[in-house]
Amino acid sequence: MRTFRAVTALAAATLVAGLALPAVAQDANYARSLAATCFTCHGTDGRSVDGVPPSLAGANKGYLLQQMKDFKAGKRPSTVMEQQAKGYTDEQLELIAGYFASKKAGPGTPAPRAEAARMSY
Amino acid sequence: MKLTRREFIKWAAASAGTAAVAGCATGGMGGGPKVVVIGGGYGGATAARYTKLWAPDIDVTLVEPNAQFISCPISNLVLGGNAQMQDITMGYSGLEKHGIRIVRDSAAAIDAGRRQVRLGGGETLAYDRLIVSPGIEFMYDRIPGLRSAQAQSRVLHSWKAGPQTAALRKQLESIPDGGVYVLQVPSMPYRCPPGPYERVSLIADYFKKAKPRSKIIVLDSNPDIVSKKGLFLAAWNGMYKGMIDYRPNSELQDVDVSGMTVKLTFDNVKGDVLNVVPPQRAADIAVKTGLVTASNRWCEVNWLTCESVAVPGVHVIGDATQSASGMPKSGSMANQQAKVCAAAVIALVKGQQPNADPMMMNTCYSFVSGSSAMHVTSVHRYDPEKKAVLPVKGAGGVSKAASADEAQYAWGWARNIWAEALA
Repeated sequence: MRTFRAVTALAAATLVAGLALPAVAQDANYARSLAATCFTCHGTDGRSVDGVPPSLAGANKGYLLQQMKDFKAGKRPSTVMEQQAKGYTDEQLELIAGYFASKKAGPGTPAPRAEAARMSY
Repeated sequence: MKLTRREFIKWAAASAGTAAVAGCATGGMGGGPKVVVIGGGYGGATAARYTKLWAPDIDVTLVEPNAQFISCPISNLVLGGNAQMQDITMGYSGLEKHGIRIVRDSAAAIDAGRRQVRLGGGETLAYDRLIVSPGIEFMYDRIPGLRSAQAQSRVLHSWKAGPQTAALRKQLESIPDGGVYVLQVPSMPYRCPPGPYERVSLIADYFKKAKPRSKIIVLDSNPDIVSKKGLFLAAWNGMYKGMIDYRPNSELQDVDVSGMTVKLTFDNVKGDVLNVVPPQRAADIAVKTGLVTASNRWCEVNWLTCESVAVPGVHVIGDATQSASGMPKSGSMANQQAKVCAAAVIALVKGQQPNADPMMMNTCYSFVSGSSAMHVTSVHRYDPEKKAVLPVKGAGGVSKAASADEAQYAWGWARNIWAEALA
């Protein structure tokens, strides 16, 4: 079941938006805001530049959720993931898994290299 | 932390009023909503990119005086000779491809009443919401011997990546075998808490290979190593044994540049290369705009939206903010704040309610050699009672040991966070 807190965020967003937006759009933004905390290392929308750490976009939702729950429970050994997964509720992990599963798989675009002519060192 | 149902109803009613007011404020303006971002570092570039990605109808302008983005993370590898300047230097062309206007100028003044930014070159930019990610300024006024530009060009900080990174590398290359490198570390809070300890580890890596009789003295203003202590000590007492002389409680009084001496309260320390990282505060534009509200140094914000507590319509992110408890001044944190801020700014210009439950995660890698790194991580969640983003208990931690695997993850982190800002 979802915590009252998660429902609160969703309900508040819906209520305050004055029904101008469907509840599902607000919920998608909440899932996106959670998943965005993972983008820093795994790439925007889970498309990793060079694949390290791995891309998450387009992965199977059940698989992603199980991996995160295993990290959280300490069942899957890791360096950083077991410490991070513990920071999220199971409901939040499900929203995160759903977000990445809904994205099209593909590699991330790297940041553009500096133009050589501009390098002054 | 959970709201009770009664609190929730009260809160939602109050918030509905706020949303209605925000809708009125932007309703009278013509054209698409305008968001201006000042500063193209980890915070500002990422905030500009996500504002455009998540709301393509918003006109986004990024104001940045430098032609290139030069990364502080990984810059210690350049000092140690394990990376080159071109590895940490990137362009802003990717943001232009998204339709973000890049203005190569600096912000001279902000008129929050009229919602305008005046640029150094004279142009004025109107905004509905302004995101200020100004970074830090060094407080050289506290170090009399380093007030002149000439003194600052001899005793470097190299705490903003760029020309000073390349210049310090040259100084290290010219140091004789048996020479002494001295790093002076400011009191917390400062940009990148583990950075000084990573820096001396990587310089020790270089000395060990190139000038094995050379020594490193760390003059730390803090009472102890402030981040990843056990992991750094493992390297210093292991592969760099006898090379690093760490001296806590070594608060800086002054620097004698002609004598190449760091002056402490009870001691003077000479070196062949002095590297003094001065105390820091939010950059000048934040001071001029009245955004600095905490100890004359940092900008307090409402962590739901990153909006300034002092100046409505102006959001502040990155190292210039008054960090919440347990929140480091890091590129990683600036990246996370940028996304919370972008989402909130989009909601506010559209008259919607921002996310009431934002989370942020910090992940900082430190190298101890060219091929070995370790991490510190923490997860933060908004606490509606304390009105602060606080670390989630039971989450976060550090590496068990530095490893080659984590050096790969650190490079992966860098490539992905750079893409988050610039791709």
